[in-house]
Amino acid sequence: MTAARQIRVRVNGEEYDAVVDPRLTLADFLRQELGLTGTHVGCEHGVCGVCNVLVDGRSVRSCLMLAVQVDGLEVETVESLAEGEKLHPIQEAFMDEHGLQCGFCTPGFMMSIKELLDRNPSPGDDEIMDVLGGSICRCTGYTGILRAVHSAAAKMGGGG
Amino acid sequence: MKPAPFEYAAPNTLGEALSVLSDNDPDEVKILAGGQSLMPLLNMRLARPEILLDLTRVEELDYLREVDGGLAIGAMTTKRAVEESPAVRERNPLFWQATALIGHPQIRNRGTVGGSMVQADPAAEYPAAAVATDVELVARGPSGERVIAADDFFVTYLTTSLEPGEILTEVRVPDLPPGTGWSIQELARRHGDFAIVGAVATLRIESGRCADPRLVVFGATDRARRQPEAEAAVAGQTPDAALFEAAGAKAAESLEDPTQDVHASAEYRRDLVRVMCGRALGEAARRAGGAAS
Repeated sequence: MTAARQIRVRVNGEEYDAVVDPRLTLADFLRQELGLTGTHVGCEHGVCGVCNVLVDGRSVRSCLMLAVQVDGLEVETVESLAEGEKLHPIQEAFMDEHGLQCGFCTPGFMMSIKELLDRNPSPGDDEIMDVLGGSICRCTGYTGILRAVHSAAAKMGGGG
Repeated sequence: MKPAPFEYAAPNTLGEALSVLSDNDPDEVKILAGGQSLMPLLNMRLARPEILLDLTRVEELDYLREVDGGLAIGAMTTKRAVEESPAVRERNPLFWQATALIGHPQIRNRGTVGGSMVQADPAAEYPAAAVATDVELVARGPSGERVIAADDFFVTYLTTSLEPGEILTEVRVPDLPPGTGWSIQELARRHGDFAIVGAVATLRIESGRCADPRLVVFGATDRARRQPEAEAAVAGQTPDAALFEAAGAKAAESLEDPTQDVHASAEYRRDLVRVMCGRALGEAARRAGGAAS
């Protein structure tokens, strides 16, 4: 048997104390323990990118991390983007530029894009595509999402 | 989907990590580095270790130092840290480019330099860059520390010469010698995938001729391997497109036991070896200042 572990983690600005089985993935922890179901789960082996979240500001596959590994760290999920009814510029840009259809992949894209724009306010196409390559979209394709990144960059004050 | 139950050890020091190995049957312990290869195996229950030894909190293995003649990179340093290091880009641009070809930013944020080396995937970029540029791997075990040349470290598919009680601690990446042209070429079906076949080349141009050519093929057989026959065909010759095409053909011809799997047939891989080697040598020669295309 595996001994449960106590962890303390800050998720979307709120501190949580939890007792977790070491084999619990971060994705399942967020969805099942904290009820943050905005983070989706797709392939569960690191390929599809729908479960991307930020850990200490870096985008990661939450299916490839264990919940015990975020003890003491800061996690941001798609729920952190909007402030009440006010959408984040990345969310607005996805809407404006037709960056989503079914929306299943969208949270993973948005969190990766957030990391990108936090680090480089006006990225070029190559840099953007490298990031978008880490998520799979099966309905919209990627050109709308690429436009959305440029649009979000402009809204957030970068050159985009 | 979640991993089968395991005992979880997350020590803060290398000494404690080594004790976990020595206090248990090392065959029942799996070492977790960045988790970008092991976590999928755990999630799918293809790996079911008794004990998961997580090195994430071993901070002494997370560093990137400029040392005399090269870089000393702690095994738990992320690929993203390597990618964002101007020192790596300047001192060994081949190793830097290999890093940028690995997976995606979301993978490189977690994946570690040591993890990729120990995983020894035959289609991975790091082992190929390591074999081409005389990278050394430092391991710590019950009998102390030893330094292993990359060519001796990679044995075959997913197998290294690390002993069961050992942990890889450092990857020593030498500077590319002045005047060295380099190239890493690969064919993958999608951006960020493992290569179906790839090639790494380095060479210098001295008095208008190719000097010290290195050619490494990856993805085509059980591990990244140098191509001595193709290298010999290039050494001392005037760089031109025909020479490099011929060297690529030689590498393809001498390829032993090419991999055949769902991604590509053995014959397709052999042909890709020819193409990738030709391109890699050509680009390396251009970067070295030779006129070749």
